Amino acid sequence: MHASYTKYLRMNRIPHMWCPGCGIGIIVKAMIRAFEAVDWSSDDLSLISGIGCTSRAPGYLDMHTLHTTHGRALSFATGVKFARPDKHVVVISGDGDATAIGGNHLIHACRRNIDITLIIVNNYIYGMTGGQYSPTTPVGAKAATTPWGNVDIPFNVTELAKGAGATYVARGHIASGVQLERLIRGGLNHNGFAVIEVLSNCHTQFGRRNRLADPIDLIDSISKSTVNIRQAAKMNKEELDGKNVVGLLHRDEDRMEYCEAYEQIIERAQNAQKNRGRR
Amino acid sequence: MQKVLTGNEAAAWGAMCAQAQVISAYPITPQTTIIEELANLVANGMLDARFIKVESEHSAMAGCIGAQAAGARTFTATSSQGLALMHELLHWAALGRLPVVMADVNRAMAPGWSIWTDQNDSLAQRDTGWLHYYCESNQEVLDTVIQSYKVAETVDLPVMLVLDAFFLSHTYEAVHIPSQDETAKYLPPYKPSIYLDVKDPHAFGGIVQQDVYMEFRYKMQVAMNEALEVAEKADDDFREMFGRGYGLIEPYRLDDADYVLVTSGTVASTARVTVDDLREKGHSVGMLKIRMLRPFPFEKVRQILSGRKRVAVLDRNICVGMGGIFTQEIRNAMYHIPEDKRPSIYGYIVGLGGRDVSPEVIASIAEDVQKRAVADGEQVWIGLKE
Repeated sequence: MHASYTKYLRMNRIPHMWCPGCGIGIIVKAMIRAFEAVDWSSDDLSLISGIGCTSRAPGYLDMHTLHTTHGRALSFATGVKFARPDKHVVVISGDGDATAIGGNHLIHACRRNIDITLIIVNNYIYGMTGGQYSPTTPVGAKAATTPWGNVDIPFNVTELAKGAGATYVARGHIASGVQLERLIRGGLNHNGFAVIEVLSNCHTQFGRRNRLADPIDLIDSISKSTVNIRQAAKMNKEELDGKNVVGLLHRDEDRMEYCEAYEQIIERAQNAQKNRGRR
Repeated sequence: MQKVLTGNEAAAWGAMCAQAQVISAYPITPQTTIIEELANLVANGMLDARFIKVESEHSAMAGCIGAQAAGARTFTATSSQGLALMHELLHWAALGRLPVVMADVNRAMAPGWSIWTDQNDSLAQRDTGWLHYYCESNQEVLDTVIQSYKVAETVDLPVMLVLDAFFLSHTYEAVHIPSQDETAKYLPPYKPSIYLDVKDPHAFGGIVQQDVYMEFRYKMQVAMNEALEVAEKADDDFREMFGRGYGLIEPYRLDDADYVLVTSGTVASTARVTVDDLREKGHSVGMLKIRMLRPFPFEKVRQILSGRKRVAVLDRNICVGMGGIFTQEIRNAMYHIPEDKRPSIYGYIVGLGGRDVSPEVIASIAEDVQKRAVADGEQVWIGLKE
């Protein structure tokens, strides 16, 4: 194992509890490489999770960690960042955690543009509780609670984040670890709210019910569904139908970060007080 | 029909027998297989209901409240953090006088994160105006779901029935399942007195001022008092029709017992075995199972515990800063009896976060309570590590 991985891992907590073949391992490794690339020390990093398979990540990563309640990781993270704006705050979440029970917190974190990096592992299902359909489960897909197929229209997570005001929005997938690391790194470097959706596999709960029980087949089908943003620019609407565009989808460097905006207000208020005193 | 079911499946089949019409739910371990089973029962046509998997427990209860207000019989299930998230809406359902029925699979509260059983999740909702049943077996779970509708719809208050995580939720037992037709003879279709009806419009959840709010609350208290009799009759009628009943409390080998173990949930089953063993060894010990916690069966508890030497209450929960919650309830009940009839009451904290409450643990409590000095209100923690 490369030394950088052990540097960021709580090796005494390994082996982990994720299923063999789960994409979260690839994602955690990409996160660690990104942390190292931007040269962030564990001491300066806070990793926060909610509930679900992703929520175990802070148990294994050796940094300041909070394993919080279902859907609320971003609310806890907002508190941490606001108390210590000098530190780096990263949230790892799943599709159920971030877009169902935590959907409200997601859009408000996007709106505030607070400097937090959110990684959403989208495996299209509630994995930990046994495969109930989530807000990203495709129409027609089978889940423990949709034995005849899902009728709910799924969220487009990146469009949701963009629409709600996130200033860095990217989509990666687990069959392309190098690109994923680059997208996460970009999110870490971005001064504002960054959302990185990662298309991932849950062969145990999603694949098994949808003729993709073999992790390789499922990862393959995810990989085949993706098209790079540069390539997508040359494709028409029909060609893009059913495809997942991956890469950096949106970046806005002009909007002010939330903690900074708050500092400015304090400064303005204090100056006004001083001026009043002078008069 | 008889089938081998887990406690969770028994809860789902109970809702099927009762012909719940709308199920609104969200997954959480260890409850999830209840709603999965219901999704299957709906999907395969065995239960003619609408199933919604919403985006949180808060929405699950909101969905039940909406459907119930529209005149439908509803069901949901949850556990631990999910129940805590519902808290606001538990008040809403009760104060809105909507007879929603819900199963809660007892699971310890976080942090530290635990999926194992204890009663702090349900007991934290004790004061929301719901009726509370604690179940001991899978058959009791199924039967209590059916009885819950009967009681809830009579007094217009919601009912929560509670089963222990894993010890019941994921453990298989043979369960008798009445048909929907048989059940309908006991539990007729839901006919709400007030609901959202275009022909006779009503409003739920209006703003009230100081002049009437207290009266709304008083009416709930009156309904709760009435619920004691209603629940007892519902259990008697059920016994008459199906041959099974449980009582609101259940004494076990108490006739001549000087010492009483008070239990609830699956600990009651273990305590029965322990009491039998202790009796063989010559101890004058019996057991009292509390099945209904709200409304609290004061009179029955008083009658049965009056004149005993000592009572040991086993609490699989802790109200930090006060003690075991069942202990508080029992003490409260026993205060208003003549002093010479009043037993000494000892509280024991056991089995938090799913730690096993074995026959040995219960026997040690039964022996401890006989030897212990005068009761001083202190809680005894059993099996603590150094």
